[in-house]
Amino acid sequence: MSLLNIDNIHTYYGNIHALKGVSLNIEKGEIVTLIGANGAGKTTTLRTISGLLKPREGKVTLSGEDLAKYKAHEIVYKGICMVPEGRGIFARLTVTENLEMGAYSRSDKTEIQQNMERAFTTFPRLKERRTQVAGTLSGGEQQMLAMGRALMSNPSILLLDEPSMGLAPVLVELIFDIIQQINKEGTTILLVEQNALMALGIASRGYVLQTGQIVLSDSAENLKKNPTVQKAYLGME
Amino acid sequence: MSTQNRFNWQKAIQLGGIAGLIGVLIALVGMVESFDHRDIVAGAISMGWTMLLLTVLVAAYFSASHQPSKSFSLVASGITGFIFSLVMSLLAFLIENLDLRQILVNASPNLLKILTLENGIPNGLISLIVISTIFGILGGALYILPAKIRKAISLGLGMVAFLGLMEDIIQVTIASTGSGNSAIGWMFGRGTQSGLSIIGAIVVFGVVIGGNLLWGTNAPKINAQVSKMPPNRQRSLRILGYGLILLVVLYLPVVLGLYLTEVVNVTGLFILMGLGLNIVVGFAGLLDLGYVAFYAIGAYTVGVLTSLSGQLSTAFEWNFWWALPVSIFICVMAGVVLGIPVLNMRGDYLAIVTLGFGEIIRILALSDFLKPHIGGSQGIVNIPPPDFLGVLLNKPQTLYYLIVAGCILALFVSQRLRDSRLGRSWKAMREDEDVAQAMGINLVATKLLAFATGAAFSGLSGTILAVKLGTIYPHSFALLISINVLSLIIVGGMGSIPGVFIGGLLLAGMPELLREFAEYRLLIYGALLVVMMQVRPEGFWPEETHKREFHEDAPDVTPVQEAA
Repeated sequence: MSLLNIDNIHTYYGNIHALKGVSLNIEKGEIVTLIGANGAGKTTTLRTISGLLKPREGKVTLSGEDLAKYKAHEIVYKGICMVPEGRGIFARLTVTENLEMGAYSRSDKTEIQQNMERAFTTFPRLKERRTQVAGTLSGGEQQMLAMGRALMSNPSILLLDEPSMGLAPVLVELIFDIIQQINKEGTTILLVEQNALMALGIASRGYVLQTGQIVLSDSAENLKKNPTVQKAYLGME
Repeated sequence: MSTQNRFNWQKAIQLGGIAGLIGVLIALVGMVESFDHRDIVAGAISMGWTMLLLTVLVAAYFSASHQPSKSFSLVASGITGFIFSLVMSLLAFLIENLDLRQILVNASPNLLKILTLENGIPNGLISLIVISTIFGILGGALYILPAKIRKAISLGLGMVAFLGLMEDIIQVTIASTGSGNSAIGWMFGRGTQSGLSIIGAIVVFGVVIGGNLLWGTNAPKINAQVSKMPPNRQRSLRILGYGLILLVVLYLPVVLGLYLTEVVNVTGLFILMGLGLNIVVGFAGLLDLGYVAFYAIGAYTVGVLTSLSGQLSTAFEWNFWWALPVSIFICVMAGVVLGIPVLNMRGDYLAIVTLGFGEIIRILALSDFLKPHIGGSQGIVNIPPPDFLGVLLNKPQTLYYLIVAGCILALFVSQRLRDSRLGRSWKAMREDEDVAQAMGINLVATKLLAFATGAAFSGLSGTILAVKLGTIYPHSFALLISINVLSLIIVGGMGSIPGVFIGGLLLAGMPELLREFAEYRLLIYGALLVVMMQVRPEGFWPEETHKREFHEDAPDVTPVQEAA
């Protein structure tokens, strides 16, 4: 049984049919990437998994349990945590306060303390800036903070929405290194990216989403070699 | 390159012009003339002139701040003052030569007399120009001075103005206690004169400056000493402090007498409402413009339950202490009922819906439909005062304790809530609803709890209002109350608990004290809000997070280096 299983979901924004039967599954310990162009439905998929949107059809199951009956905030307690696009940090709170908010769903104080230390070891930069207001951090640091905050809830699966967006290439590489490191420490990752080349570089498997439908799914290696993917997403002829 | 070091003519003249226009406005709405009956410093400075001079002082201060060097600042502020006086002279000249009164009723010969210091044109105008220029330069000098001294002087001037304004109330209060009248009589104007005496003004000014400077240099030392003490001594010191404050608070109505206690009571009711709205708007970030609704619901519930008038359909005639919890419970329910339909609304939309809710409640109270039950436009009369262990709370001095108890309770609850898990989730929700939800915060429960808690405080305030007045009418619950409470929070500092007290004193207490100028209340109110938003948008006593928002340019850590 896979850790997260999405079975034929249809999600709507009002009358707009955004996801037209998306299915995918993620095994424990994997990094899976979801690539696709603007408007393909990548973010919608993540928002549906995390409960912010409810699918009209189909279901999302975590370790076999149907998530339909849970509200967005309850899904966090189930172990799914999303780092939203554009990072969504609490700009006026300090770095430490942001991390503490991440632990909102936990109540074990020693565990929170451990998670905090883990966040600071994973992101030494955050430790230096722990008393700084999050809004004054650089873009890369804000991304680190958003990821660190998500880790505070000790999720079994981390949903990352465009972590490379708006970052300098050198920072993108750093962020991707950290994603791999987080994965090695035992967190399963679903990575949504426009930067397909980087994403396929660290993922074990990938799905290609086009106008609300999965058009391709394969191992990352094979996707990189796939002529359609090369042409459409990797900028190769 | 040279703009950095050149004299900024444009700003100096522009600010002088703006100040002049403000001066003309103040004069033409009649403030100068009607304020002229009162002196701040007896025989020397009237309140009307204070308004004008304050305008010059502030304009010159800003004018000075736009100049590259200190000497330029002084010159610029002088020019600003001079331009101001030119505009005022023009006004005086027009009043003298044209009959403006047909349109501008306040452009009276009397105003001319005041502007020209009763010397007529042109001699009086020369004095006007000289005085304005001097005050302009003083404003500039204030800018040049080190911040510490500037603060002391501003405080000193403020205190003189305040005492001068409150002179009659202070004298009456002291006279009523029967002692010390002669001891401080020298401070105030004699006989029919109002305001401080010249000596009194100088002494007050000197004492405030001296005290402020002494405190400024010694406070860090004292603080350091206190923090060096062992924790249990610090604790007992704090308890001693609270005890002293409590003692003063308990003894206050005895000193203040009837009128001032009444003022404090009105202020207290507003503070109580402010503490509630502070939770909704300040903590949770939900802009509620219909807050008066809960005030009305609280008042009406108690009115219906306790009224002895026999005019309503059902005569409950309960005891106040039974009605009180019921009233608060109904307010909490009303908070939840309002909360449910607006769960998915944010910002402007929420504001409009709550605005509507406030009006609906008022119109319902006025309606013929509910008239048999809640009295319609005739309201509810004959609400008996509460009885506390045999003491009838029917005078301001006794009701005071009920209000203080309510405020202390609300203060305690706000403070505890702010630092609680719920407080955290309010804060997160205020920052970003989506992310808050992604952190595991239940938005529905969090929002409803904010509305319910806010409603409870407002309901408590309304409940006390009902027994304080003994009668309630729909028109007591106008939209203006919601706006007043909101302004009070904004002026004090959003989300800041001490800010609510400051805002309450300024926006509810001061207008009560200055009833004779009630005509200009809303004008001054509006001006204060505009100035606040420009100069100190975070409020007088801001909460930590909001302070950060407005002063991001001064981060508490060294600048960030962008690198891998």
